[in-house]
Amino acid sequence: MEFTRRETLAIGAGAAVAASLPIGAMAATPADEAIAAFTGGAQMGEGGLTLTAPEIAENGNTVPIEVSAPGAEAIMVLALGNPTPGVARFRFGPNAAAQAASTRIRLAGTQDVLAVARMGDGSFVKASATVKVTIGGCGG
Amino acid sequence: MISRRDFLQVSMAASAMLGTSGFGNWARLAAQQSLTQDQLLQFDTFGNISLIHVTDIHGQLKPVYFREPSVNLGVGANKGQVPHITGADFRRAYGIADGSPSAYALTYDDFSALAQGYGRVGGLDRVSTVINAIRAERPDALLLDGGDTWHGSYTCYHTEGQDMVNVMNALKPDAMTFHWEFTLGSERVNEIVQGLPFAALGQNIFDAEWDEPAELFKPYRFFERGGARVAVIGQAFPYMPIANPGWMFPEYSFGIRDENMQAMVDEVRGMGADVVVVLSHNGFDVDKKMAGIVSGIDVILSGHTHDALPEPVLVGQTHIIASGSNGKFVSRVDLDVRDGRMMGLRHKLIPIFSDVIAPDPAVSALIDAQRAPYAAQLSEVIGQADGLLYRRGNFNGTWDDLICDALLSEREADIAMSPGVRWGPSIVPGQDITREDIWNVTSMSYGAAYRTDMTGEFIKVILEDVADNIFNPDPYYQQGGDMVRIGGMGYRIDITKPQGARISDMTLLRTGEAIDPAKTYVVAGWASVNEGTEGPQIWDVVETHIRKQGTVAVTPRDTVNVVGA
Repeated sequence: MEFTRRETLAIGAGAAVAASLPIGAMAATPADEAIAAFTGGAQMGEGGLTLTAPEIAENGNTVPIEVSAPGAEAIMVLALGNPTPGVARFRFGPNAAAQAASTRIRLAGTQDVLAVARMGDGSFVKASATVKVTIGGCGG
Repeated sequence: MISRRDFLQVSMAASAMLGTSGFGNWARLAAQQSLTQDQLLQFDTFGNISLIHVTDIHGQLKPVYFREPSVNLGVGANKGQVPHITGADFRRAYGIADGSPSAYALTYDDFSALAQGYGRVGGLDRVSTVINAIRAERPDALLLDGGDTWHGSYTCYHTEGQDMVNVMNALKPDAMTFHWEFTLGSERVNEIVQGLPFAALGQNIFDAEWDEPAELFKPYRFFERGGARVAVIGQAFPYMPIANPGWMFPEYSFGIRDENMQAMVDEVRGMGADVVVVLSHNGFDVDKKMAGIVSGIDVILSGHTHDALPEPVLVGQTHIIASGSNGKFVSRVDLDVRDGRMMGLRHKLIPIFSDVIAPDPAVSALIDAQRAPYAAQLSEVIGQADGLLYRRGNFNGTWDDLICDALLSEREADIAMSPGVRWGPSIVPGQDITREDIWNVTSMSYGAAYRTDMTGEFIKVILEDVADNIFNPDPYYQQGGDMVRIGGMGYRIDITKPQGARISDMTLLRTGEAIDPAKTYVVAGWASVNEGTEGPQIWDVVETHIRKQGTVAVTPRDTVNVVGA
């Protein structure tokens, strides 16, 4: 097997990135661990969970988000780019009128926010949104 | 839909001149046998409802020159799509003849020469004449203002928007949405809005503390027209606290909020709306994306990105109309609404040739009254330009080159930064540059010209950040302006790359040396969104610079190397 110089450089760059991860590329990230703890390793589907977040944060220190999943027992929210990704875990009792919650979260920079819901039948669904944190500028 | 043919009557009709009134420069236009007011206004009234759309007037009460961009790049799915075509490509797309009135109005080539023949555009007294003519045919036509109205001139600054409020009220709009208005500060905006004799709309204007709809701005208003129920939903500029200083209106929050837009569309449909019109300040590509996500909108009247399109763009069942800026165009949109749905649409983008369309004398007098207290200051000649001064373009324009030169020399800086705004009229070669002209391209409530130290690394961060606001392939992450203009430094940009990888080859032009990430440079700029920015006002900096030059030399620059266009 032959590598071109370009491919070699790309592989080298990938290795450098992997080496810079604090706990190594093969180990689970804190976000992965939180998801695994919540789902028990079960597959996550899509649909039935709505995550509402601004496309661009007006203030990265207090970003309003909302999650809604009719029929859910619990919803977990993670900010995947924060040093500590865990944001919130909402549990809905059998008498809850709506399986929805809103809060404000702090984002260290542009990143994906992930929500995972455990539904009444034990299945899991996820939804994510990219929230951009920008230094601001000038529109037309 | 025969909008193209309607519009092209403007350029194809020759023959008889009907009017002989004394205003403007009929003689030179008559020599070209090209234009009459009747031709500009000709429209076969259609259906049962008429909409009149004006947007992004930016304080321009009087006729101006306004050159459209030569560079207006689209990215992702919008690459090469309208409105991201310019010049000959634009003329070819719409069948516009070179040198025709439509070419002058809609494209940039030969602008200085064509300006001599076709003259200035806009003027709210001419706009009033067009509105009156439409209302003569359809007395209950809806006049809808897309915002960016109470900003952008000497008189607007000194009256805190009152000049524009007074003149617009005389035109009797039915509804309005907002952007730069908020840079008057929330106290002033609230004061004006509370006294407005028409609807102030924005489904995405929220209370920042409670994240609930703001009480003062309603999401929509119903109008009974032509036996149908018309719902007009407002959509303010989504990124106001990011693109403009949020500290000036801390009580308000915005965002696209397309889920709330869908809820409002469903709500008005449930209340019996026969047709749903969105009066939007999203910007064109954002409106296109929103039209594909939110169902049930018949017409989006699109503002913010200052595009002028002679035909609607259709996304699914939604027609998107773009009506230009600075008072240069009025769109007329006639709708046939029957049996609870829109059956058809006829549209015309009407260019306001100020020498062809007779001013409405009552509105002319009202405009003069707003300007009279400032007449001496407005008309003072500061200098001349030996070339065309214009702003529009993704990366630079000669007006901003001049502003950057003023910052470099008056503020003794290595590098200058000027914001990538899209408002501001042009100056044709040989035209005097008055104080009013300088304010037309600089006036704002946060115009302090700062002077600060920045590392080369931080300058790159700024360029990357702004570039992503324009060239992010997802329109929902675009803020609708242009690239920050840079003086004293050249760079290369690959618009296809992700944020952080677009900018390279940053070079200090004075020495030809590469910008050192670790080294500190003196940077002068204006329009900082940060509270407490200090420095002289930018219009004073530019005036001092032009006065020293006398005649400003205008030379084309290519200090930005664009890749991936």
